[in-house]
Amino acid sequence: MTATKYKGSHNEEILLTALCNPAETVTFTMEDWDLLLRLARRTRLLGRLAACVDELGLMEKIPEKAADHFTAASAFVDQRQQTARWEINWILKAHEDMNVPIILLKGCAYILAGLPPARGRLLSDVDLLVPRDALDRVEQALKADGWEFVKLENYDQHYYRTWMHELPPLRHPDRGMEVDIHHTISPLTSRLSPDTEELFRNSIAFDNSRLRILHPVDMTLHATVHLFHDGEFINGLRDLVDLADLLAHFGDLPGFWQQLVERAQAQRLGRPLFYMLRYTQRFLDATIPEGVLKSLCSDEPSWPVLRLMDVLVSWTLIPNHPDYPRRVTALAKWLLYVRSHWLRMPPGLLLRHLLRKQYMRWKNHRSTTMAQAGGG
Amino acid sequence: MDISAIAECRADRESRQVIVAELPAVELNQRLAGIGILVQIGPFIVRIRSRIEGFAGLLQRFYANFPVIPAPAIADFHVQLERPQNIRHWLRPQALFLLDGQSPFLPYPLSHAFPLFEWGLNWGIAMQAHQYLMLHSAVVERSGRVMLLPAWPGCGKSTLCAALVNRGWRLFSDEFGLVRSMDGHLIPLPRPLPLKNRSIEVIRHFAPEAELGPTFHKTRKGTVAHLVPPVFSVTQSNVSAPPAWLVFPRYRANAPLHLAPTPKQQAFLKLANNSFNYRLLGLRGFKGVTRLVRDCKCYILTYGNLGEATDALNRLTES
Repeated sequence: MTATKYKGSHNEEILLTALCNPAETVTFTMEDWDLLLRLARRTRLLGRLAACVDELGLMEKIPEKAADHFTAASAFVDQRQQTARWEINWILKAHEDMNVPIILLKGCAYILAGLPPARGRLLSDVDLLVPRDALDRVEQALKADGWEFVKLENYDQHYYRTWMHELPPLRHPDRGMEVDIHHTISPLTSRLSPDTEELFRNSIAFDNSRLRILHPVDMTLHATVHLFHDGEFINGLRDLVDLADLLAHFGDLPGFWQQLVERAQAQRLGRPLFYMLRYTQRFLDATIPEGVLKSLCSDEPSWPVLRLMDVLVSWTLIPNHPDYPRRVTALAKWLLYVRSHWLRMPPGLLLRHLLRKQYMRWKNHRSTTMAQAGGG
Repeated sequence: MDISAIAECRADRESRQVIVAELPAVELNQRLAGIGILVQIGPFIVRIRSRIEGFAGLLQRFYANFPVIPAPAIADFHVQLERPQNIRHWLRPQALFLLDGQSPFLPYPLSHAFPLFEWGLNWGIAMQAHQYLMLHSAVVERSGRVMLLPAWPGCGKSTLCAALVNRGWRLFSDEFGLVRSMDGHLIPLPRPLPLKNRSIEVIRHFAPEAELGPTFHKTRKGTVAHLVPPVFSVTQSNVSAPPAWLVFPRYRANAPLHLAPTPKQQAFLKLANNSFNYRLLGLRGFKGVTRLVRDCKCYILTYGNLGEATDALNRLTES
């Protein structure tokens, strides 16, 4: 792996400088700020930047307009985080008389455990992991307390239940927050089969609560798998920032790096781990001990594959200049989308699924344009 | 003319604020089609781009006295109105609203590009400007103090606002009560004031001198015509003011005039429930609404006649 600092376009430089070195934003020109605010909003990192700038006590030293945008973004982030905490309380209440352990995943875990990625992090939903044998009871309890499945086509219901690793998303009509209940962290159809029982055994309990978070190594691997294995790269940069934070935070735990590599290799996740370390280092200046990269040599893809990934990831991770969108970015996103599905399900199923999705997109498009034509 | 005179003349042009009306049509069109123009609208800088024919003319008419900000500046909103690139555009020309390159709505008929711009900008402000407590309210000012007229659509808030603005009140906004957290002041956001359906005739009759723009038929909200914001309101749009009166208006055909004080606790609930971001702001929202209700005299107003209503509100401010 090359250790040279990655050099990219002007927008990459602005956004990555602000993320890696928020103190440097005080030297930004008005043009830089205008672009930074747009890029940060697009990548859902505006709240994150606001938190970092505020932490350094620099709110008074940046342009007033930028500070206004940061204030507004922080308010939005705070409210989403509070709503998530509240939703989790309601979920616990719904399962009061059941002794089911619940593992918080992703954003919720960071926020409730007070981990560094929580700073200014925008949450889109509440992700929970429950033991598979408790899944039916959990679903029934939530439904009894008023949660409903977000309206989905029959096909989507079938897709989630039969092939994926989660229930279709649930939502309580009194509140807007979407709840995803997982029973394993990788799709049933994927070629990987992580040992969910072991995840529970290693998980860490909050005091006086049935809530748990994954072990630091599992938490890091889960975020890695989500981004570089079967995820869709929608909030790619935000997810990579989470990972850089986790590495910086957990990196000092004794044995962390060794366990990370061992557990990844035992679960055949060496390749995604390799990508994750490569790109957190390249884009976000993550510090990774020398030996770690060496021990992942065997997981490094062949040179052409690696070059292709480099290109796709950098095109997808950093948004284009909003005034000059490039078509290749859409292509790169689509290729990574197909790749994630390829890793998620066998080829026959993948073909069926993509065709079905395309058909439904076409049908929806037709019905909305026709409805509009009728009503317009 | 010597060199120093030329230099002075240029310096004069640069230091003086240029307004939208002063841009020559050719230059305006070129800039809208290219890098865009930055317009100061209330506390916001809006970067506007469009290649839609006729849009520049309407923009110049409705935003004539709004300052054009020289680049570079941080724009709060990057707005673009374009014709969508698809086959349909040959059959049925459309306009698409883009906020920072992304389109939150389906396209509108091309002839409705201007109402779409107004509606889209409202949407952007409501979604984004959480540095303010945003009340869903018409806001007007007289002798340095602000009257808020919060109401749900259909209660006649825009009509009453237009009427007051034509009886000497300064227009802050017909839609957004922007409250600054620091001092509880209201921030002006003067914009073209959309009158819907029968209100158009009502205002034409009530204030024949009021300048209304073209009528847009069959929009999402029926027939719409915009009142050009008065020059005075626009030139004073950097002057905020403290709130003094909170009036909940309700229009009912032929109803007798009824203006009565309302308890503050009820005013609080009505105001909070009628806010764009009261819940989102949490404690800041609660404090903002509390302060406002405390500082204001609170009334409910039922009216059937616009003249009677404006007279009654004028008298309130004199007592």
